[in-house]
Amino acid sequence: MLPELGHFALILALLLALVQAFFGIAGAHLRRDRWLAAVGPAVAGQFVMVATAIGCLVTAFVSHDFSVRYVAENSNSALPLFYRVTALWGAHEGSLLLWIFLLACWTLAVAVGAARLPPRFAARVLGVLGVVSCGFLLFTLATSNPFLRLIPAAPDGRDLNPILQDPALAIHPPILYTGYVGFAVAFAFACAAMLEGRLDQAWARWTRPWTTSAWAFLTVGIALGSWWAYYELGWGGFWFWDPVENASFMPWLVGTALVHSLAVTDKRGLFKSWTLLLAILAFSLSLLGTFLVRSGVLVSVHSFAADPTRGIFILVFLVLMIGGSLALYAWRAPLLRSAAGFELGARESFLLFNNILLVIAAAIVFGGTMAPLIADALGLPTLSVGTPYFNPTFLMPVLPLLALLPVGLHANWKKGRLRQKQRQILTALAAALVLSLAVSLGVFAQAKILTLVGLTLGPWIILSSLLDPLDRWRRQLSLSRSVLGMTTAHVGVGLFVIALTVVQSFTQEHDVALARGEKASVGGYEFRFEGVRGLEGANYEGVRGSVVVTRGTVPLGTLYPEKRRYFVQGTVTTEAAIQMTRGTNLLIALGDDLGAGRWSVRLQVRPLVSLVWLAALLMAIGGAVAGRDRRYRLARSPAEAAPAAAGAKQAAG
Amino acid sequence: MTPRRRRLSLVLGVLAGVAIAGGLTLRALRANVMFFFDPSQVLAGEAPRAERFRLGGMVEKGSVRRAPGSLEVNFVVTDFRHELPVRYTGVLPDLFREGQGVVAHGRIGAQGVFVADEVLAKHDEKYVPPEVARALKKEAATAAGGARTGS
Repeated sequence: MLPELGHFALILALLLALVQAFFGIAGAHLRRDRWLAAVGPAVAGQFVMVATAIGCLVTAFVSHDFSVRYVAENSNSALPLFYRVTALWGAHEGSLLLWIFLLACWTLAVAVGAARLPPRFAARVLGVLGVVSCGFLLFTLATSNPFLRLIPAAPDGRDLNPILQDPALAIHPPILYTGYVGFAVAFAFACAAMLEGRLDQAWARWTRPWTTSAWAFLTVGIALGSWWAYYELGWGGFWFWDPVENASFMPWLVGTALVHSLAVTDKRGLFKSWTLLLAILAFSLSLLGTFLVRSGVLVSVHSFAADPTRGIFILVFLVLMIGGSLALYAWRAPLLRSAAGFELGARESFLLFNNILLVIAAAIVFGGTMAPLIADALGLPTLSVGTPYFNPTFLMPVLPLLALLPVGLHANWKKGRLRQKQRQILTALAAALVLSLAVSLGVFAQAKILTLVGLTLGPWIILSSLLDPLDRWRRQLSLSRSVLGMTTAHVGVGLFVIALTVVQSFTQEHDVALARGEKASVGGYEFRFEGVRGLEGANYEGVRGSVVVTRGTVPLGTLYPEKRRYFVQGTVTTEAAIQMTRGTNLLIALGDDLGAGRWSVRLQVRPLVSLVWLAALLMAIGGAVAGRDRRYRLARSPAEAAPAAAGAKQAAG
Repeated sequence: MTPRRRRLSLVLGVLAGVAIAGGLTLRALRANVMFFFDPSQVLAGEAPRAERFRLGGMVEKGSVRRAPGSLEVNFVVTDFRHELPVRYTGVLPDLFREGQGVVAHGRIGAQGVFVADEVLAKHDEKYVPPEVARALKKEAATAAGGARTGS
């Protein structure tokens, strides 16, 4: 009964999304203000329906209802409860349902927050979100219904892919999708502004917190995915330039550009049409990312679904959404002139370079990701694009981007003079350079050009970001949340650059064949293999090796890498053992049984690798803080803000 | 700057950026992509002699041999028409098994042995790399065609 109820709820949600889209857009366009009243309830109703649907599917998973095909394919009676719930988004259909649910959440949040926006503008925003929701609901109902029955019911399920049975990956898709879907809100604001033919600084102020929050979610999502790849795929890399990773990275790059260009639109009323274009682009790439990963267009670690019949629908949907919004842009953007000018060397010009470089970086990733697909479609020889392409090309726009950051931070709006800041920036640069030389020569006793560049840029960005906040703190002035958030995010960027440089320059790894009692040493650490013994888990069996690690004469403990075989699908997974000592990650992965008690073992010493993810987290925290600045809340309605401020003053007094 | 000049410089900047990015991307792509070949193509001399490429096919049943006590492993990749011996030194991926699809990165070494520096066999046990699947399908088609002309 429940799966049918869920299916029915999805159909109702589609109808409500149609209501929301039609009355929102048409009502605002035809100036029928009474139509607008239907939009809010439609949003709320749609949320309830989608929540019901997702609730039904979760219930089916939790209660082992193997008469539902999707449950039978992605769950198993031996699967622990936590993974039974997260198995919901373990494959294509459920992921789409999750997407729709998160869109309903964001839409509801916009509807609540938009109560203070001009009613017609709010209706347009919600209407556009309704259109997006319609597309996804139609797609799900027509091609990817998760509620289909399996008759007769399967006696037991095929189990969730074992590499997905992991806490980080369990929460990775919802967070990543929250970011993807968040860009739908920025997209909807952009479309609403174009439909209205009006885009002012207030618009940017409304859009900024949504965009920044979405960006923060996307950052966390990508970092989680990379962390998972590091320890779960077992072989110790954290970024493979895999198409699936790129699919989430492209919207991130464009989203980062959007966050910065919105700042200019907000503060100076410039870059209007560029901002709109970025909003469209960020969301288009999010859509592309969702479909590339989940429709089997790309074959990679994560793409389990492969159904070309869905391709047509996706293509039509993409063309309608992206083409439609670009057509709207071509028609309406000329109305949105920016009047003000700025000098070269003013903050605007730095942010312009930031935007151009980020878009170039995104284009480079796009080129590398799409080239195999395009070659395939044109019938050219099958080719693959990997790290040898991405690493050097990606650095070309990113190095200047990082070098402009510490200078651009201190540039003034409109005027191209750095004034007294110049000396401080140069002092920071000198300090960073000394630090970089000290670290590479003193600690690691080697210096490559790129290592020195990275180790200089990182600290320079951090020092330069901290100049202003420290100055204000010393003078006991308050810091706004947006400045605090920006500083946090930029310090995150600096730390990220340092971590990445150190990891890339000083990682040491070695594959060895070891028998019981034999030793190998890598990067100053000594690893003694103590053999393996059998292992039994709830839904898997395997072997566990023990490796004793020492540095010099100091024992650092024993690590236990595992090799597991999951019963249901017969999949073998490598569970690497990881230990952190003084900022350096030691990773041990168990390879194959070579016979006669020997095992192949991968030993890896990666300094500072944890900082890569922590720095990404710091960027996201910065975004979250900046998105909650008071200015954005006050901006919604000056009329309401005034009494609120008065009330606050009273309360304080 | 006046708005007009600013707009002009913006447009020029964007154009220049896109052009540079496009040029560099194409250049890097040309230098760094790897092409895919199956054993039949390699034996027919279609694969490059000096460059790295991707070799795909099935790991022939019973062909995996390990050099005792070391990480060196030898196996044969087949497309069911021709076979190519492969040598690899290192840890094999979890899903590497005889009779399963595999993609190896490397180049042709001495005595026609493909020396792999990377072996990929991710995905589940039913997975066949798309290039391998296509190569095998092509084989099946030509085999069927051959049978028809033969009868």
